[in-house]
Amino acid sequence: MAERTAFIGARVVDPASGRDEVANVLVEGGAVAAVGPDASLRGASLVDCHGLVLAPGLVDLHAHLREPGREDAETVETASRAAAAGGFTAVAAMANTDPVADTPAVVEEVRSLASRAALCDVFPVGAITKGLAGEEMAAIGEMAAIGVRLFSDDGRCVPTARVLRNALQYAKAFDAVIAEHCEDPSLAEGGQMHEGIHSYTLGLTGKPAESEEIVVFRDLALARLTGGRLHLQHLSAGGSVELLRRARAAGVRVTAEVTPHHLVFVDEDLVTYDTNFKVNPPLRTPEDREALRAALADGTIDAVATDHAPHAVEDKEAEFDQAPPGTIGLETALAAVLTHLVEPGLIPLPRAIEALSTAPARILGASGHGGPIEPGRPANLVVFDPRAEWVVEPPFVSRSRNSAFLGKSLRGKVIHTVLRGEPVVVDGKPQR
Amino acid sequence: MNKHLLSINDVSAEDIVRILDVAESFREVGTRVIKKVPALRGRTVVNLFYENSTRTRISFELAAKRLSADVINFTTSGTSVAKGESLKDTALTLQAMGADAIVIRHSSSGSPYTLTRWVRGSVLNAGDGTHEHPTQALLDLYTIREKLGRFEGLRVAICGDVLHSRVARSLSFALVKMGADVTLVGPPTLIPPDAPAWGVHVSFDIDEVLPKLDVCYLLRVQRERQRQQYVPSVREYARLFGLTRERVGLLPEGALIMHPGPMNRGVEIDSDVADLPQAVMEEQVTNGIAIRMSLLYLLLGGGSEGAVADG
Amino acid sequence: MGSVRLLDGAEIRRAVTRIAHEILERNKGAQSLVLVGIAARGDDLARRLAEEIERIEGARVPVGALDITFYRDDIGMRAEAPEVHETRIDFDINGKTVVLVDDVLFSGRTIRAAMDALVDFGRPAAIQLAVLVDRGHRELPIRADFVGKNAPTRKDEDVRVALIETDGEDAVYVEERP
Repeated sequence: MAERTAFIGARVVDPASGRDEVANVLVEGGAVAAVGPDASLRGASLVDCHGLVLAPGLVDLHAHLREPGREDAETVETASRAAAAGGFTAVAAMANTDPVADTPAVVEEVRSLASRAALCDVFPVGAITKGLAGEEMAAIGEMAAIGVRLFSDDGRCVPTARVLRNALQYAKAFDAVIAEHCEDPSLAEGGQMHEGIHSYTLGLTGKPAESEEIVVFRDLALARLTGGRLHLQHLSAGGSVELLRRARAAGVRVTAEVTPHHLVFVDEDLVTYDTNFKVNPPLRTPEDREALRAALADGTIDAVATDHAPHAVEDKEAEFDQAPPGTIGLETALAAVLTHLVEPGLIPLPRAIEALSTAPARILGASGHGGPIEPGRPANLVVFDPRAEWVVEPPFVSRSRNSAFLGKSLRGKVIHTVLRGEPVVVDGKPQR
Repeated sequence: MNKHLLSINDVSAEDIVRILDVAESFREVGTRVIKKVPALRGRTVVNLFYENSTRTRISFELAAKRLSADVINFTTSGTSVAKGESLKDTALTLQAMGADAIVIRHSSSGSPYTLTRWVRGSVLNAGDGTHEHPTQALLDLYTIREKLGRFEGLRVAICGDVLHSRVARSLSFALVKMGADVTLVGPPTLIPPDAPAWGVHVSFDIDEVLPKLDVCYLLRVQRERQRQQYVPSVREYARLFGLTRERVGLLPEGALIMHPGPMNRGVEIDSDVADLPQAVMEEQVTNGIAIRMSLLYLLLGGGSEGAVADG
Repeated sequence: MGSVRLLDGAEIRRAVTRIAHEILERNKGAQSLVLVGIAARGDDLARRLAEEIERIEGARVPVGALDITFYRDDIGMRAEAPEVHETRIDFDINGKTVVLVDDVLFSGRTIRAAMDALVDFGRPAAIQLAVLVDRGHRELPIRADFVGKNAPTRKDEDVRVALIETDGEDAVYVEERP
């Protein structure tokens, strides 16, 4: 793509500006120059986007880039390439690396890896507690000072109410968000899947939905107590949604996310012991799935986040109870939401884009992302074909291939991804 | 019949009748002087036992040998698995040796399913974690049919730690499939709350259930699990749920007492109760060989397509 | 499908009587004689032969049934494992003359399997073979000592034996395979 590029004839869906119409988008020097049916195209190289959708680049609030520590599964570079292939221009990198990102030094390391090689913007997430041990607060203030906005012990849940309370309160000074993986360790211990008739039939220890709901209740109460900003990660249970709704109505400063796989799959899908469905929190019942979908539709759940969790092939090929939980998700998130929620009419396309881009950008404080697509703003865009059908199979752009969607057919394919004006994905192929 | 036997749900009620009928013929073979037929000559059966179980392994070994198959025993305790090669690499090695059937016992639920992804032969589940133990259920059905002649409407209680018992699952599923009336009995912490979805009843009172039974099936109390405190003590369990010599009088005349073994005499069953004539544990063991022969024959005896001349 | 009746009930009965005489003649009486029918219809025929022999000679000859399914040479070559019938030989065959009885002799493989099975039960002094119908097309060097009817057939035909004990009528049909 040239210095001056025009994307012609796409349906531009931009929730931040309320725009949903066919228009041309002119990009020049890394920024959006003009948007509209009559924008001047003189001197621009034209990219035909008829039949396609153009939206602000997607933003993922929750991904595990595995570097430093588990470069055999994924690196910042390979994850960012997978993100770009999936239409993401920004990704939040979780802190449970080795070493844990609980100090500015590790954050800087991740940033420098990203600036060297990444095909998307990487926003490192800081740990809430030192070493994720759940006892002493990590260097939240110092990390906030170098621009970290989101803090999470994800992988783990902060076990003590007092520690979480202090973090929520302290983080107010920096307008930072405390994001929690809600799971009571004593109830969830040893659990391999959702506790219910299927876990009993399959002979696998289960984690009851209550193991999440109990902590959601606790955290919402602490958010109300402190007035701090709370974000609930990867919700999986209908009961959690109920608690969230009530807290929202009562004015608690809380946001929430849900993963594509929790919107699509259920516990019964584990009947063949396929470890690609072994995730944490586990896939729950059809009723839980309905509640999550409805909450996403009505905005109770703000965002879709992938919880992209790559694992080395040999780790996932082990016996079910020994395999680590997690599924990759950057390359399939958009298509999964389009196929299972937009196409059947459960949520309109603009709401889906809001959940995948605008809302997460706002929560993350990623100001150049999520739209609006207007003159002067950085050109972080995705162009996709909402109808193109494809089968999820290797080779993946990610270094790992543990996808819950493996073998499934999805509709919706990313054609171009533009990062600050640079075409990082063209015709579906990452450019470097 | 399916190529593998991973769960009782892999066989229909008709399949089960066939398995039991063929086992009848193999029981006859066991009464001959030469207890061997050439049916699986040249085939290789591997016993892949990650959990120690001498009695089940020997049962499978004898079954395969009496069918003239070659037997490889690959036994390993849990710790060497942790240090040694992955299940996948072991599977690929066995595949390279030409295993026609792999009998697997493993402490991880679902591992037989995982195994089928890497081997071409038939996989037989000899017990996986707390999931299922289909061959045990089948030999139990055989014993019941032999002694009582039917399944339809038969009243069976399965008593003990159902939550962690693969035998309880397979047997419940099998009995329900054959039309029996099954009740799970034990303390509430050891019975899955959603068990009625399996088509069974649940009771926490063994004295109430015993007088209305045709079969009382006892599960082994696993002392190793006491750490997790599902019941206050093994002694309390034995007093409230054990088949003591006082309780056995509650059973109707002709009711069977069964146990998959090994027994904890004095815990789930009193020693003298275990020696009563209606306690048929020895028959269960004998029938195990015939059932396993029947399964190996039915799984390996069919093969490719191709009409071969009769007569 | 074309179906021709090769033998009717009366012809079958006459054949059984004749074979019973031949067995007694060849073996000079019923001493040390045992009959083993190859399941399923061979063992009904064996019982009929034993009744005839008792009627003619007054001697009761032991009768057994032998299922050869586990001794077949084509296990694993068919789509499904074949049907198994009862085996019941509750007498000693060591030193005896065993007359194997079957309904149809075709490739000879069933008889080969039967001899292998018999040898696992003991060491007979001799094994002889009686069949109701010999339809030719031997694939092994096997021949019958006593034959009810020789009936040359084409390979694409089936010979179907019906006996009152299992099928409600006594007849032998030659049918074209569909």
